[in-house]
Amino acid sequence: MASPLQWPVLRQFLEHDPSGRHHAAKSRATENLKARIETADRVVPSVCPFCAVGCAQRVYVKDEQVIQIEGNPDSPISRGRLCPKGSASLQLTTGASREKYVLYRKPHGTDWERLDLETAMDMVAQRVVETRRDTWEWDVDGIRTRRTMGIASLGGATLDNEENYLIKKLFTALGIVQVENQARVCHSSTVSGLGTSFGRGGSTTYLQDLQNADCIIIQGSNFAEAHPVGFQWVMEAKERGAKIIHVDPRFSRTSAMADTFVPIRAGTDIAFLGGLINWVITHDAYFREYVVNYTNAATILRDDFQDTEDLDGLFSGYDAENSTYSTETWQYEGGYAAASSGERDSHLQEQGSALGESSHPQSHGSGGPGVHGEWRRDETLQDPRCVFQVLKRHYSRYTPEMVEQVCGVPQALFQEVAEAITANSGRERTTAFAYAVGWTQHTTGTQYIRTASVLQLLLGNIGRPGGGIMALRGHASIQGSSDIPTLYDLLPGYLPTPHAEQHLDLDGYIEADSAKGGFWANMRAYTVSLLKAWWGDAATAENDFCFDYLPRITGSHSTYDTVNAQLEGLCKGYFLMGENPAVGSANTRLQRLGMSKLDWLVVRDFSLIESATWWKDGPEIATGELRTEDIATEVFFFPAAAHTEKAGSFTNTNRLVQWRDQAIEPEADRRSDLWFIWHLGRRIRKLLEGSADDADRPVLDLTWDYPTVGTQDEPDADAVFAEINGKAADGSPLSAYTQLKDDGSTSCGCWIYCGCRADGVNQAARRKPHTEQTVSSREWGWAWPANRRELYNRASADPEGRPWSERKKLIWWDEEAGEWTGDDVPDFEPTKPPSYRPPKDAKGPDALSGTDPFIMQSDGKGWLYAPAGLVDGPMPTHYEPQESPFENALYGQQRNPLRKLLPREGNRYHPSGNQPGADVYPYVLTTYRLTEHFTAGAMTRWLPYLAELQPESFCEVSPALAAERGLTNRGWATLVSARGAIEARVLVTDRMKPLRVQGRTVHQIGMPYHWGPNGLSRGDAMNELSSISMDPNVHIQEVKALTVDIRPGRRPRGGDLLGLVADYRRRAGIDEHTGLDEHTGMEGVRA
Amino acid sequence: MSVTQLGMPSVGVPRKGFFTDTSLCIGCKACEVACKEWNDVPADTDLQITGESFDNTSALGANTWRHVAFIEKQVPATDPSAHDGVKWLMSSDVCKHCTHAACLDVCPTGALFRTEHGTVVVQQDICNGCGYCVSACPYGVIDQRKGDGRAFKCTMCYDRLEAGEEPACAKACPTKSIQFGELDELRERADARLVELKERGEENAQLYGRDPDNGVGGDGAFFLLLDEPETYGLPPDPIVTTRDLPAMWKRAAGAAAGLLAGAALAFWGAKK
Repeated sequence: MASPLQWPVLRQFLEHDPSGRHHAAKSRATENLKARIETADRVVPSVCPFCAVGCAQRVYVKDEQVIQIEGNPDSPISRGRLCPKGSASLQLTTGASREKYVLYRKPHGTDWERLDLETAMDMVAQRVVETRRDTWEWDVDGIRTRRTMGIASLGGATLDNEENYLIKKLFTALGIVQVENQARVCHSSTVSGLGTSFGRGGSTTYLQDLQNADCIIIQGSNFAEAHPVGFQWVMEAKERGAKIIHVDPRFSRTSAMADTFVPIRAGTDIAFLGGLINWVITHDAYFREYVVNYTNAATILRDDFQDTEDLDGLFSGYDAENSTYSTETWQYEGGYAAASSGERDSHLQEQGSALGESSHPQSHGSGGPGVHGEWRRDETLQDPRCVFQVLKRHYSRYTPEMVEQVCGVPQALFQEVAEAITANSGRERTTAFAYAVGWTQHTTGTQYIRTASVLQLLLGNIGRPGGGIMALRGHASIQGSSDIPTLYDLLPGYLPTPHAEQHLDLDGYIEADSAKGGFWANMRAYTVSLLKAWWGDAATAENDFCFDYLPRITGSHSTYDTVNAQLEGLCKGYFLMGENPAVGSANTRLQRLGMSKLDWLVVRDFSLIESATWWKDGPEIATGELRTEDIATEVFFFPAAAHTEKAGSFTNTNRLVQWRDQAIEPEADRRSDLWFIWHLGRRIRKLLEGSADDADRPVLDLTWDYPTVGTQDEPDADAVFAEINGKAADGSPLSAYTQLKDDGSTSCGCWIYCGCRADGVNQAARRKPHTEQTVSSREWGWAWPANRRELYNRASADPEGRPWSERKKLIWWDEEAGEWTGDDVPDFEPTKPPSYRPPKDAKGPDALSGTDPFIMQSDGKGWLYAPAGLVDGPMPTHYEPQESPFENALYGQQRNPLRKLLPREGNRYHPSGNQPGADVYPYVLTTYRLTEHFTAGAMTRWLPYLAELQPESFCEVSPALAAERGLTNRGWATLVSARGAIEARVLVTDRMKPLRVQGRTVHQIGMPYHWGPNGLSRGDAMNELSSISMDPNVHIQEVKALTVDIRPGRRPRGGDLLGLVADYRRRAGIDEHTGLDEHTGMEGVRA
Repeated sequence: MSVTQLGMPSVGVPRKGFFTDTSLCIGCKACEVACKEWNDVPADTDLQITGESFDNTSALGANTWRHVAFIEKQVPATDPSAHDGVKWLMSSDVCKHCTHAACLDVCPTGALFRTEHGTVVVQQDICNGCGYCVSACPYGVIDQRKGDGRAFKCTMCYDRLEAGEEPACAKACPTKSIQFGELDELRERADARLVELKERGEENAQLYGRDPDNGVGGDGAFFLLLDEPETYGLPPDPIVTTRDLPAMWKRAAGAAAGLLAGAALAFWGAKK
C-alpha cells in the first residue's frame, strides 16, 4: 500500500517540482529502472561474426542467458562501434529463427523428421566410412593419389580457425581433397594477385592505417556498405583532408561519402588501372628511387619474350590447342621458375573434372613463386628488355582516350583521378587502394589485383603509412580459412597440396616449390613441422614424416569442379558447414541439381537455409524438374552453435587473429563445428579401429586427443590453438616460425601462425585498450606474420634505412642500436643492416640484401612483372568479361584466353560483342552487398530487425532504362539469362547512370545477391542468372559483370519459367559452342 | 545549459543531448537496430519495400525511434560538391527532446516527464493511451503502438544514462554521425563543425534545432543538415503547440475571476 506521502499532488510540493512534470512524476517502475547490462553476472569478450572488420563485442550474461551484445570501446579497429548486422547480434544468437534440434530427411522422404544427436552423428560417421571405402582411389593411371573423390565439404569462412584446422586435418587424413570454403568464391584471386606481386596473399595494410592516407581510391568495393565500421578510418582520413575517390559501376552509399565518384562499366577496371599506369609512366610520375631499388623494374627479361603488343592480346608461349601458356619465355634472362610455379603440364586424364589443369597460385599466400638462377639488372631502366621498358610498352595503348572508349569514363574524370594519385604519392604523401570482390570475381580477377599492385609499386606506396592495398575480406574468418585453409589446393600456411605427378615424396615436394632466396626457402621446416603436428610420433625421418599420408590432387578440385562431379554422380557425400551455395554460388540451379544427385548431404547452419530445403521447396520443385519423392538424397540438418556459444579465434581482414571467449553453452542439439568434427573423427576412428587396410593408417595415426571443457564434451579450442602455434621437442610452446626445424624436432599446425601462443600465452586474447597504445596497437590480438601490422614496412625507409620523410616515417634503421625500429614489428630481419649484400651462393633469407623489402619473394623485389606464378600472363591485360555487349577495343583477343568454363547443359553462355544474338541480353548486370544483409542471407534474412530494413529482393535501374523497358519504381521486373529467370522489385534511381561506350549507350543494372526464397526477407536468388565462368589461376567465378535482359512484370510460374528461358536461348541462337569461341578458334575450354 | 532553464529545479546534472551530424552519416541504420535491440522495440511486420530509395521504415513512430532518411537529390553538374548530378543525403532522425515539450505539457496522467538529464520520457506503467501527446508533437515523433495503444518514442536510453552509459544508437554509430553528450558542449562542437563544412564548400550546411530561441526553445537532439530541413522531411519552423497555453490559461483565469467577481457581486447585491 503506497504511503499517502507518495501521492503525486503532495510530491509536487514536497519535492520542489511545482509543475509536477519532473521527478515528482516518476513512477515506481521508473524509480526502479536499471539498465540490464548492470545486472549481468559476467561480461564476456567476443568478436562480431559477420564481416571481416572484426569488431570487438562484449557479451552480457545473466542466469546463463545472453541479455545484451554491444561493441567493445577498447578495440583499436572498431572503437566500440557496430553496424546494423553487428547490432543485431543479440537477435541472431537468441532470436526465434535458430533451429534447436537435429532434423533428418530420409531418401525420398517428403518432410523432416526428428533424430537424436547421437544417432545422427553415428549415421554420418557410418556414411563417411562407407562412401570413402566405396570410392577409395589408390592411384590414377598408376600414379599414386591415396584419396577419395566421393566426399566433399564446403564452408569455413564463418567458422573459427580451430574449426577449420580440425576439418582440414580430419578430412585430409580421410583422403578427402574436395574441401573448400567461401574464400574460393570471394577472394581466392586476392591470394594469387597479392602473393605473386609482394610475396604474401593478405592485405598489405590494416584498416586503421587508412587514416594516414592522403588519397584513398575505393574501387571494386562497396566499402561503406559492406564494411561500415571499417569505413570509419576512411572518414577519419577524409576529415584530415584526404581525397576520397570511388570508382564503381553504380553510385552507392560509398559513393555518397566520396569526394569524387567515377562511374565505370563493369568488368573494365584493368583498362582503367592500366590507363593510370600508362599515365604515371608517361608523366614521369613514378617514385624512381623506390621503383629502382624495391621492384623488379630493372631486371632484364629474355629476348624471346613477346608481349600482347606483338601478338594482338596474347603473350608468347600460347598453346591454342590446349589453351595454356608455356611460361618459359616469360622468365628473367638467366632465371628459371620452380617447377610448379607455372602451369603444370599434366598427363593425367581427369575423371569428372571438366575444368582441366591448374597450377596453384594460391600457394603464394605466404611466399612468392620460386625463381632460381642469376639475372642482370639495369638500374638506369633504359635497357629495352628490362621490366620497366617492357611494362611501359605494354601499357602504352592504355591512353585516356582508350579508357573512355572501354570504360565509359570521361577523360576529364580520368585525369582528375590520375592527378590525385600522382599528387598524393612520393616521399611526403601516400595513396591507398581499397578493394573487395568487385575486383576478385572476374575471369581476370587475379590480374585485377595485379594491376593495382603494379600501380602502387610504381607510385611507391607499398609498405608505407597511408599506402598499401587494403583487401577487404567479407567473412569473420575468411582470411583465417585461407591461412588455415579449408581449400583443396592448400595445406596450412599456404603450403601447396601435393600434386600426384610433381610431388612423389617429401624431397620432390620441397624441391618443386621452395625458392632459393627469401623465407620460403625454409619450406621443408614448415612442412615437416605440420606433418609432426598431424601424425605425431608416427611421423619419422625414416617414413618421410608420413608425407605419403597426404592425399594428392591431380588438377582442379575446386567447389565448381565438385558441383560438376556431383552432377556426374562421382561425388556422393557433401558437408555444408556455414555456406549456402543454393543462393551464394554461381549458377544456383546447377548447385541444387548437383545436390539432388548425392547419396547424403550434411548441412550445419542456424536456420533452414535454401541449401537444406531445396528437395522440398526449391525452384526445381516449383518448375517440375524435380519431384521430392524421386530425390534419393539423405539430408541431415545439424543446428550450429553461435559465436557466443563457443571459444575460438577469427582472423580479420587485417590478418589479425582475435580470440573470443565462450559466453554460454549452446542449448539443445546446437553444437560448435569443433565439437562436430572432433566427435565425428572419434566415431570414424572407432569404426576403423583395428583395420589392417593401409588406407586407414592416416586416420588411425592421427593425433586426435584433445582435452574437453564444459558439460558437453566440447574440445578445448585453446588446446587446438596451441597445436596450431606449435611446440618444441620438449613440449614448450614456440614463439616464432624461425624456430621451426626440418628434422622432426618441432611441430606446428600452421607455420605462419607460429607465435600466436608464444610463451604459452594466448596472444590473440590480448586486449590492451587502444587508448593505451600507439596507432599500430600491437598488444591487441596477434597478426600474422610475427604480429606485423603493415607488411613490407622495410619499404617505408629509403635504401639507406632512413624514413622517406618525417611525415611518412614508420620503420627505420637505428645505426647505434644496430637494428630496425619504429611503430611496428619490422618486416625484415631485425638486425640485417641496409648495407648488407649477400655473398655469392647465399641461400634463403641470407640471399636477400639489406635493400630487399619483399622478404617472401625469392628475389626480394616487388613484382611489376611476374615471371612465374600465374598462368594467364606476366602483366595484366584487359580482356572483356565472358559476357559483354562490346568487342575488346584494345586487342583482337576478346576474352581471357585461359579462362575456365564449364560448358554443359544448364550452364550455357551468351553471345558477346558483335556476335548475332548478343542483343537478346543487352544489359550489363553487376552485383553487390547491402549494409543490412550479409552474403547469401543465412545470418540476416531470418532476423526481423534486419529483414524490415531491406525486406525484399530488388534491382536498381536508371530512369532511362526504366523508360526504355517500361519499368516502374516499386513495380516488378523479370531478369533473364541463358541460365534462368528471376523476378525482383525495381528501384528507379538517378544513381544509376547509362554510360557512353564505343559510341553507344550501355545500361547497367545493379542487383544485391543476398536473397533466396527462405526466411523473412525473401526474393529470387540473383545467382539463378549467373554462369560458371572462372579465373584460370584460382577458379573464382565471374559474377560482377554479366549480361541479361530485363522486362516489366513478374516471372512465369511452374514449367512456364523454363519455357521463357529456353525461348530466350533460342532467340539468341545459343548452343553448346556459344561463348567458347575466340578469334583464334575454339580454345579457352577443354570439355 | 543546466536543467533549471527547463523550468525544473537544478539537480546538478548537465542537460544531455544528441548532435546528429548528417555529413558523417553513411546510412547504415545501425542506430535503428541498436535502438530496437536495447529497447526491445518490435520490428515492422509488413515486409515490402517502399520504393523510397533505401528507406523501408519510412518515418519515426511507436516502433521506430531512430529513423534514417534517404534523399536522392538531383544537383546541377556544375555544383563542385556534386557527384555525377546526384547527391544522396542520409540523416538519422530521432525525438528532439524539446526544451518546451508539448507532449509533456498535454499529458494528463504524468506518464511523460522530464528527467534529470533534461530528456523527455514516456513511463509505460502510467500511460493510458489517450493520445494527446501524439497530436501535440510539432515534429510528428511520438506515436501510439497499434494493438497496444500506449505512446512510445525515444527515451534517449534513460536507463543507460542512469548507468553512466551512452544511448545505444550513439554507441553503435560507426562514423560518429550520432554524437551524445552534454548539450552545451555539443552546441559548441556543432558550431565549429558548421564553420568547417562551410569552408569546405558545403554552402547549404546548417544547424537544425540548435537555436535556444526557436519555436521549441531549442532541441535536446539537434542536427547538422546539408540541405534545407524540408528536403529531409523536417518542419522548417516548428513551434511548440502549447505555446499559447499560458496566455490562454491566464485569460481563462481572468475570465473565471471576472465571473466569480460578478457572481459575488450579484450575491452581495442580492443581500442588500
